[in-house]
Amino acid sequence: MAIDVKVTTEVEQAGLDAPVAVANDASYGLRRLPPWLHTIVGSKKSIVGILILILFVLMAVFAPQIAPGDPSDFLARPHLAPSSEHWFGTTGQGQDVFAQTVWGARFTLQVGFLVGAITTLIGTTVGMTAGYFRGWIDEVLSVITNVFLIVPSLPLLVVLAAFLGGGDLWIFSDDMWFFVFVLSITGWAWPARVIRSQTLSLREKDFVSAAVVTGERTWRIVFREMLPNMLSIIVAGFIGSTIFAIGASAALEFLGLGNPSRVTWGTNLYWAANNAGLLTGAWWTFVPAGVCIALVAFAMALLNYGIDEITNPRLRARQGIVRALKESGVRRTNSRATPVVRPTSPTP
Amino acid sequence: MRFILRRLGFYALAFWASITLNFFLPRLMPGDPASAMFARFQGRLDPATIDAMRAAYGLSDAPLWRQYLTYLQSVLTGDFGLSISYFPSPVIDVIRTSMWWTVVLGSVALLLSFTIGTVLGIFGAWRRSGWVDSVLPPMLLFTGSFPYFWLATLALFLLGFKYDLLPLRHAYQAGLSPELSWEFFRSVLTHLIMPAGTIILVSIGGWMLGMRNAMISVLSEDYITMADAKGLSDRRVMFSYAARNAMLPSVTAFGMALGFVISGALVTETVFSYPGLGWSLLTAVRQLDYPLMQGIFLMITLAVLVANFIVDLIYLRLDPRVRTG
Repeated sequence: MAIDVKVTTEVEQAGLDAPVAVANDASYGLRRLPPWLHTIVGSKKSIVGILILILFVLMAVFAPQIAPGDPSDFLARPHLAPSSEHWFGTTGQGQDVFAQTVWGARFTLQVGFLVGAITTLIGTTVGMTAGYFRGWIDEVLSVITNVFLIVPSLPLLVVLAAFLGGGDLWIFSDDMWFFVFVLSITGWAWPARVIRSQTLSLREKDFVSAAVVTGERTWRIVFREMLPNMLSIIVAGFIGSTIFAIGASAALEFLGLGNPSRVTWGTNLYWAANNAGLLTGAWWTFVPAGVCIALVAFAMALLNYGIDEITNPRLRARQGIVRALKESGVRRTNSRATPVVRPTSPTP
Repeated sequence: MRFILRRLGFYALAFWASITLNFFLPRLMPGDPASAMFARFQGRLDPATIDAMRAAYGLSDAPLWRQYLTYLQSVLTGDFGLSISYFPSPVIDVIRTSMWWTVVLGSVALLLSFTIGTVLGIFGAWRRSGWVDSVLPPMLLFTGSFPYFWLATLALFLLGFKYDLLPLRHAYQAGLSPELSWEFFRSVLTHLIMPAGTIILVSIGGWMLGMRNAMISVLSEDYITMADAKGLSDRRVMFSYAARNAMLPSVTAFGMALGFVISGALVTETVFSYPGLGWSLLTAVRQLDYPLMQGIFLMITLAVLVANFIVDLIYLRLDPRVRTG
């Protein structure tokens, strides 16, 4: 296929050239996938992210098979270095660090994904309501959203956890639901804000006005016309909230506000700090849990980054032209403007 | 002017909301909050402390709205009640001594990471696919994925404990007293390297990526091509034409990010026993010092609101459209 590269400064029409820019990419066959799936698996970065995530989810699901037995059992002498018997060594109380790391994934990931789902739901509802109806509804919802955004999350979480937590109060006898509750309260505002501004800009588009004029019902316009166009931003919001929830729950547990008898990545770090793993040189007590949190967050950030690259034509177009120029042997121009790459019709 | 008034009104509302939350939270505990706390302490509190707590929460037989007004009045006059862990010193005194360390750590870390990240973003977008643009984003994305306190612990273990390069704890060397001397200043600086460094390492990636992406969009505007065509120097186009406009979203994000970074700084402080508000917060959590916890929450909220207002003023300076609009 001959590729004729035209470098123009013409503003690219979002969406129109989208499949073309990646046309000679390996992901060509992916074009037949539904658009939302395409935005997720269309870039190398997001594929790496997804693979890491799947690995951790599998680890959490199959924890009883991977590390049989109760992870809190005292098995050996405290602070044993990693060996063939205890892959990651033992904690200051003689528990197996590997088992604790595997089992810790369960609680941490569960809280993360639950908070991600709940905050995305609240954020989408609030954001789309505000952005669609505009006027005073928008004013009121925006002020509430911004108040929740501006109040610093950690001190608020600490105060909430201190008063409402502890297991002996309120309806939250299960500390997992309690965590999900306080993290959702502090985490919904960010997706709401992002989704509101996207709804506002979609609301101005012709196809929405057309739908309004043809007399379609409001819920149909919102769910059938606008929602599908916002999927990538909603997915990004879900990912952001999940990263926030994993980090914040770990921080709370590290401060000692969690349930210290439950095995999670955060409490593993709490015990590592409190049993002076640091001062005795037992680095293996705090390295695994932290690396796991970071890997999960990194995988999700990669996923987000990939989605951004696919949905933002300017970030993507550049890859197309760099690749095309490399193949055709043309010297790179010094233009910083976003080029538009269009393959010409195949030469006969 | 209207812009400033609107923002001030919003900050007042946000602060009022946090005070109100503070008022109602203890009342969500079953029964009388002071008794509930008494139960949690399992009799380790003396009656004087309980009376002080009752007074601090404005608990009396008066109707709720009167209790609320009393509480509002005492908070606005800086009376957060008495601390339990430092009984009988008032909460405000405990906060006052530790607040400045958090301000020092937070502002140093935040300003450095914002400046360095933004500059890196400018250069990354300017030379797309150059080494700054291809190596740094994934690397910073990775370091940014670590919890603040974990990187802090690792740094403490490697640099402080194992290789003994930097001081392990506190904000300045024991034996020195806060004064305006070179020795004290240097001690504060060396104690600041690790806490501030870990915060910068975690937060810098977001600034760089945000600036890079905004800059890429701005660089394809017609007025940049025009500036290029006029033969302006690269530096002028890069900073005065592109970066100034691309910075606007970053400056808006700055106010929002403040809360996140302060939260990170609080946890980082506990790792280094840095004597700021985070350290006090940990003490409060461990000793169930509810008045101190609430005082710190209100104080940090107030600080974030003030900082946001300063950001608004800077924004006003950067974007003339806000002034007229």
